[in-house]
Amino acid sequence: MATTQVDSTATLDSIFETCREIGQDMEFSAAKQWQQGAPGRKVFGCFQIYSPVELIHAAGALPIAVVGAGNQLEIAHADSRFQSFVCSIVKSTLELGLTSRLKFLEGMFFHSICDPARNLASVFVRNFPEMFIEYVHFPQNLASPLGKQYLENEYQRIVGNLETRLGRKITTDDLNASIALYNQIRGLLREIYEIRANRPHMIGAAETFLLTRAGTLMAPEEHLKMLQIVMDLLPKRPSRPKDRIRVVLEGSFCELPPVPLIETLEEAGCYILDDDFFRGWRWFTSDVPIQSNPLAALAESYCDRSYYSGVKHDSRETKSGHLIQMAKERKADAVIIQAAKFCEPALFDYALYRKALDDANIPHLLLEFEEKGWIFDRARSEVETFVESLMFD
Amino acid sequence: MAANAKQPVKKTDYQGKMHNLQKDMIGRYYDSLTAAAEGKGGKAVYMMISGNPVELIQAFDMIPVYPEVNALQLAVKKQALPLILAAEEMGYSTDNCAYVKADVGMYFAGRKTPFATIPEPDLILCNYVGCNVYLQWFEHLAEFSGRPIYNLDIPFNRTENGEPTEDDLRYVIKQLEEVIEVCERMTGKSLDYKKLQRIVELSGETGDLWSEIKKLTKCRPSPFDSYFDSVTMMAPLYCLRGTEDGLHFFREAYKEMKARADRHEGPLPEEKFRFVIEGPPPWPYLRQFRDMFSRWGAVAVASTYSTVGGIWEFGFRHDPARPIESIARHMLTYNLTNRNFLQRYQQIKDYVEQWNADALVIHSVKSCRLFSAGQGDMREYFTKELNVPTLLIESDLEDPRYFSEAQLRNRVDAFFESLEHRKMLVHK
Ligand code: SF4
Ligand code: SF4
Repeated sequence: MATTQVDSTATLDSIFETCREIGQDMEFSAAKQWQQGAPGRKVFGCFQIYSPVELIHAAGALPIAVVGAGNQLEIAHADSRFQSFVCSIVKSTLELGLTSRLKFLEGMFFHSICDPARNLASVFVRNFPEMFIEYVHFPQNLASPLGKQYLENEYQRIVGNLETRLGRKITTDDLNASIALYNQIRGLLREIYEIRANRPHMIGAAETFLLTRAGTLMAPEEHLKMLQIVMDLLPKRPSRPKDRIRVVLEGSFCELPPVPLIETLEEAGCYILDDDFFRGWRWFTSDVPIQSNPLAALAESYCDRSYYSGVKHDSRETKSGHLIQMAKERKADAVIIQAAKFCEPALFDYALYRKALDDANIPHLLLEFEEKGWIFDRARSEVETFVESLMFD
Repeated sequence: MAANAKQPVKKTDYQGKMHNLQKDMIGRYYDSLTAAAEGKGGKAVYMMISGNPVELIQAFDMIPVYPEVNALQLAVKKQALPLILAAEEMGYSTDNCAYVKADVGMYFAGRKTPFATIPEPDLILCNYVGCNVYLQWFEHLAEFSGRPIYNLDIPFNRTENGEPTEDDLRYVIKQLEEVIEVCERMTGKSLDYKKLQRIVELSGETGDLWSEIKKLTKCRPSPFDSYFDSVTMMAPLYCLRGTEDGLHFFREAYKEMKARADRHEGPLPEEKFRFVIEGPPPWPYLRQFRDMFSRWGAVAVASTYSTVGGIWEFGFRHDPARPIESIARHMLTYNLTNRNFLQRYQQIKDYVEQWNADALVIHSVKSCRLFSAGQGDMREYFTKELNVPTLLIESDLEDPRYFSEAQLRNRVDAFFESLEHRKMLVHK
């Protein structure tokens, strides 16, 4: 059983190993461990992407990311509910439910990211009537101030539903305390990701992914401690720059890439300076302000300081412009678009990105993946060829 | 026993007055698009079909352009595949909605089609009503064309009672007011409120007639096929809603259908099975698809597809006394795409019960995950919980590569054969 205990004897490698175990554990032991710590504790699952974790945490409950099952679960029931042309994460998340692995949850949160995820929310309502299912409609009109006002009200609606379900009030102080806690976690993660972007030989993309992912399956207080230890140890880590190309990676914002795939990309010769695979709880680009109206602060943060992605449509800026800007800021040699198989939003964006990257003369490569994959020879050779073509250019 | 052995393949060749009227009117609509493309018409506003505020657009004499309707016309006319391939060449995936690919292919091929030249957008008004592909599609068109876009964000139907919240309604109304400002700026005219009211009144009356027409299929035999014939009526409903022409069409259509019902006339020589159908049709092979059911004497008495652009048969009407609010309500609640999946189950259940259907056919299309994702669960619900014989078949609404005729025919034949068997047992 994966345990979240990280003590003073921990090394970076042992921490990453712990994270890997937690991330693969489809019995959710780390969350259950928290749940059993006191009577009456509730855990809520959050499907991708922009999960309102502060609201859940402020209600005294634990939000965890229930985002598919990687290659840890064979799909035996869910594929008769969702067709062959639907992405794997939708099916494996349902499979978790159909195999009773989500029984310990009080409820699940979904939101308006794409058509399959939306229908999945309904399928959950029908198949798991005892669960509290919340569907959050995130505004897509970000050019108008109306979007923000609307989202604040939407958060208010959810707070009300949580209060009714859990029989307790959620106060301004509760919300601000949760925002402060998650700000701290996000702040540390941002620092770690920044170290990676500037000195990518210090910490790899697979490693930051592991840290982020494990954090969505355990108590945030524990995760915070873990990140603090990482921050202590990281500067002392012996490492030397390797001869690799510098890339930014885009398109894996929802279904989780297998960790060995990320490692494969790195071994094949890439420093991944920035990525969008699994933002987890770190989807604000800077701190959420602490103020007398925390829901307004959260709503404003979604509209004005959250990472862009294939499922957020902000007409104030062009999406491809955003990607190109990021590639330039990071001084990347190339862009890798890594889209989950059947992920309609990511695959749509590729068409847009490809044209824009061509116009901007930025080399790019498209890879498709599935969470359940485990042989990456093809990806390896594609990336190696790509890297070679750039190195000897 | 195979179907063709027992029933002469009698195709339906039903072509009433309504069909000709439809051709004329839609022809005129498309002429107006060509005129706009040639700089001789009003400003072109791109919109989506489901739950749209076309009444506002009409009030400013702007011209609604529907990329979905254009895409489906291309498919019907068997022009879509090369355009889809051109889009895939650009980087669109085989897994992307083929409506988008056909449209983007057409856009880059100079916007010329056999039925019209499609104007460049003056305004891209993305009425985000459920389908997330809408957002992406229009985002792409905005990037490609460099024209202004407004994302009209419609909160999804997600509350327990299936009603929008007060905040949802207010949010949509306020956005519609912003859209009015945008249109005022573009046209240099201010909104003529009286004119808007008249247009909304026309929409209300049109909805009323459409709803009466749809109730006629409760008769035995059903006077028309609520899938294959409904699509003929959907074009005027969408492209001409809010116009005198549109209303005229529905008056004529109602008269014609009512007379058929009174004469006990159906689209087939004999109505043997009544079914409800879920999902969009395979446009490139509509005829072949229809014949698969006709040869069994099977008539669709209700379809969810015919409610994509609006649901009137359960009571909603546009209200000229509150034009903007009723446009908002139409967008929020009274169309299929902004309703959640379980509301769709309920809608189908109502159809099966109130329209007296023997079976449910689910046409699962790869392009449209809004419709299709999770239809296996829907089948589970209807067969296991409601005991409604249900057939699930797969193809596509736009891309001819996904229509495998022999395979579909076999599935349909096997289904109706067993349904026939079941009926015989019940009779005995
Ligand atoms: S992987 Fe893509 S298609 Fe699947 S749920 Fe996530 S965003 Fe939707
Ligand atoms: S996914 Fe379906 S509703 Fe959405 S644009 Fe495509 S065909 Fe239309």
